[in-house]
Amino acid sequence: MTGGGERERSMVPRAEFRSYYGRPILKRPTWKVPDVPGYLFLGGTAGASATMAAVAELTGRRELAGAGRWVAAGASVAGVAALVHDLGRPERFAHMLRVLKPTSPLSVGSWILAPFSTLATASAASQATGRLPGLGRFAGFGSGVLGPAMCTYTAVLLSDTAVPAWHEAYPELPYVFAGSALTGAAGAALLCAPRADHGPPIRMGLLGTAMELAALHRVERRLGLVGEPYVTGRPGRLLTLSKALVVAGAGLSLVSGRRAAPLLAGGAYLAAGLCTRFGIFAAGIASAQDPVYVVTPQRQGLGAAGLP
Amino acid sequence: MTSDRNRLSGPLADPTADAGYPDTHPPRMGFFTDTSVCIGCKACQVACKEWNLVPAETGELDLLGQSFDNTGALSANNWRHVAFIEQTVTPDRPPVDLGMPAIGPPAGDASDAGDGQVRWLMSSDVCKHCTHAACLDVCPTGSLFRTEFGTVVVQEDICNGCGYCVPACPYGVIDIRPGDGRAFKCTLCYDRLGAGREPACAQACPTDSIQFGPLEELRERADLRVTELHERGVDEARLYGRDPQDGVGGDGAFFLLLDEPEVYGLPPDPVVTTRDLPSMWRHAATAAVGVAVSVALSFLERGALERRKP
Repeated sequence: MTGGGERERSMVPRAEFRSYYGRPILKRPTWKVPDVPGYLFLGGTAGASATMAAVAELTGRRELAGAGRWVAAGASVAGVAALVHDLGRPERFAHMLRVLKPTSPLSVGSWILAPFSTLATASAASQATGRLPGLGRFAGFGSGVLGPAMCTYTAVLLSDTAVPAWHEAYPELPYVFAGSALTGAAGAALLCAPRADHGPPIRMGLLGTAMELAALHRVERRLGLVGEPYVTGRPGRLLTLSKALVVAGAGLSLVSGRRAAPLLAGGAYLAAGLCTRFGIFAAGIASAQDPVYVVTPQRQGLGAAGLP
Repeated sequence: MTSDRNRLSGPLADPTADAGYPDTHPPRMGFFTDTSVCIGCKACQVACKEWNLVPAETGELDLLGQSFDNTGALSANNWRHVAFIEQTVTPDRPPVDLGMPAIGPPAGDASDAGDGQVRWLMSSDVCKHCTHAACLDVCPTGSLFRTEFGTVVVQEDICNGCGYCVPACPYGVIDIRPGDGRAFKCTLCYDRLGAGREPACAQACPTDSIQFGPLEELRERADLRVTELHERGVDEARLYGRDPQDGVGGDGAFFLLLDEPEVYGLPPDPVVTTRDLPSMWRHAATAAVGVAVSVALSFLERGALERRKP
């Protein structure tokens, strides 16, 4: 990242808008950093890793499956810890499973995360101890089936809010997170799995890179004023860095014959995943903090409503 | 008539029945805040704090320098908030000289020749108790619930402080209380309503700017009031949150305003975020399938399945 150079480009000319002493209309989300953006990254990486491990098991790539199980278990347990730590009353974390509400992405997500992390941990524990191998394999497949949902439900979590940049991006965010989860899992596998098993993660990474870049591009192009936080300020720099890292990861993963290349590719993919989640999180906060992103689009909507 | 769509957004005649209460439930209760008679006394803020034992925001006095407003916004510790807006307006008729003794610059002074007059808008803001309440929809624990009066209340013994309601609210009302960790907001004095009394703010209001009652009755009263003001030449009078067709299905607490909503710190056209939730889930499901297919494709190679055999 080049220091100093503020690339504040305004995509849409600022219309006149009125406000109450320039104060924000929306409340700043109280979700803590790094807990929640960190969880978005860990949950996605864990989900795609579990699915990768399940398919690796089916195709006889035992060592890749083993690595994927370790990553899925470790990342999901760390993710659960981050989410519990984020609560205002951590001792009441079990209240998350008090009800199942389809209108609450956090409720649905809790009911995905709880079995996913249990199954992922069980399969990793079975693998580590060599006990109950049949049940361990079954748990691994279970977490592999839940894995894709782990990757994308978090996009609904952010979009189902009044935060303009998150809500308006709801058609694209699941694909951004899906792509980023694929590159995250690919990155972890390139770091942990033996070189003979690098074929599938390399291809996963390339598919993930394409998906994430295409979806991010659409967010930037489609949203107009509300998309501004994605390309300006700190969130804009984080997302630019993320795109550079994911491209670097994809390129490095294709370099053959160099011992360090897969390690560097893996590191770049994981760093890109972190930048994507922290960038998108920060863009939402920025859009909630400035009343222009609430007032101007709503005014334009009211104007458009008058047209036939 | 009550399609799935109306359960998430759009007009909904009886949110209380929709929440599962039997037909014998009391009528939906609410507030009509007529800001044209608000005098900015903040008695509502004080009464609310006193009755509900809401703690002070900070240990020290925080002077914002924003007219007489030192509260700033609704928060976990401010369930009523009086906004003060000072505006320079062109008088619609020449001022009448009452011949009163006055202080200030002598008549004809240049500073007196300005064509502006100051207009002071005051408005007591509160939780809107939406027909389609996003805070309630997204609450994962069931802590936020719809009462038999159609209002929206947090059960503090259930709330685990996940904070989802905070960014969900399109009005920026509910918040996490620092040091406590749980979410708090106006309960429309649920305890007082249960005992057949009116909320503390409405009882304390000396000008009846805050009116409490069955929502249907308040809507009729508000319609009459806005017609009356228009007849008296106050063309800028408008109702905010009155319309059951709006983005949140109408507010349980609505307002008569004398300027655009954003001038008072209110969103001009709020929409309950869960209106788009079915579409969000569809996109997420498609993207999840995309993950599964991408992983499967990555393993496609000659002999992938034969490899299983030892």
